[in-house]
Amino acid sequence: MEFNNEFILGCSAIGAGIAVISGIGTGIGQGNAAGMAAQAVSRNPSLKSDITSTMLLGQAVAETTGLYGLLVAMLLMFVQPLVP
Amino acid sequence: MGEGILLSGADVDFMIHGVFSYELFGQKLWITTSHVCLLIVMLVIIGFSVAAKRMIKRAEEVPSGFQNVVELAVEMLDKMISGSMGKFAPRFRNYIGTIFIFILLSNISGLFGLRPPTADYGVTFALGILTFLLINYNELKHQKVSGFVKGLCDPWPIWLPINIIGKIAVPLSLSLRLFANILSGVVMMALIYGLLSKVAIIWPAALHVYFDLFSGSIQTYVFCMLTMTYITSACETD
Repeated sequence: MEFNNEFILGCSAIGAGIAVISGIGTGIGQGNAAGMAAQAVSRNPSLKSDITSTMLLGQAVAETTGLYGLLVAMLLMFVQPLVP
Repeated sequence: MGEGILLSGADVDFMIHGVFSYELFGQKLWITTSHVCLLIVMLVIIGFSVAAKRMIKRAEEVPSGFQNVVELAVEMLDKMISGSMGKFAPRFRNYIGTIFIFILLSNISGLFGLRPPTADYGVTFALGILTFLLINYNELKHQKVSGFVKGLCDPWPIWLPINIIGKIAVPLSLSLRLFANILSGVVMMALIYGLLSKVAIIWPAALHVYFDLFSGSIQTYVFCMLTMTYITSACETD
């Protein structure tokens, strides 16, 4: 079996697809944070702006891992580091 | 696929292009579209600042028109910065305000047909390096060398390499977060305009609102909040 460029590009596309699965964890985490923030607002509506900013900060930090997956997918698809 | 809605032969273009090249010390360097968009953003900010300064010189007791806008922006930034930095706010008001306005305008410049400069890793990495230098400078200044070394050897000296990695990860994650968010917006818009060019008439405006305005302002806020949090924790002596 020979490894020509087309084969490597196809495998890169599969790898990019697998890399974007990291979005699952990000989605669960961000949804969890948003749900908790909604609970907190319903308990203490006077702190709404503080809770919102804290939630946004936490969600942004949680988003990082998903974004790393996205970056890996982008590199595999458009920079094509594996193609000789 | 042929002549369907999805034209597979359509050119999807979201890369950075070179405008012209020049030689410096035997190196071939390029002026790219990022530089051009950055210059446009800078010119807009400079024009706004000059206009604001001229207006403030003959400010009125009861603000009207342009003075309202400037006062609103300054008060909003002041409130945000003093809300999260406390007593350290006055010293960092200039820096945080500047990067806030710069990143915000860069992010929403996609609305005006430019390629956002923050979708270039060179720009966001420079911002991350600035934050990194500020954090470590303030840590050295407020906690002295002993506190700095103690922070590196926390809790035992054997953790030194991990703490150094943690310090280096701060500017990397800050810059990569901003870069990847804006880049994903740019790629999505380029895909929609490139692949669905026949049916992309008015509805992409809603996507522009999400990817450029909403995502851009959230990421601006997050970058500035994280910068302020890191700097405040570096300034605090316990």
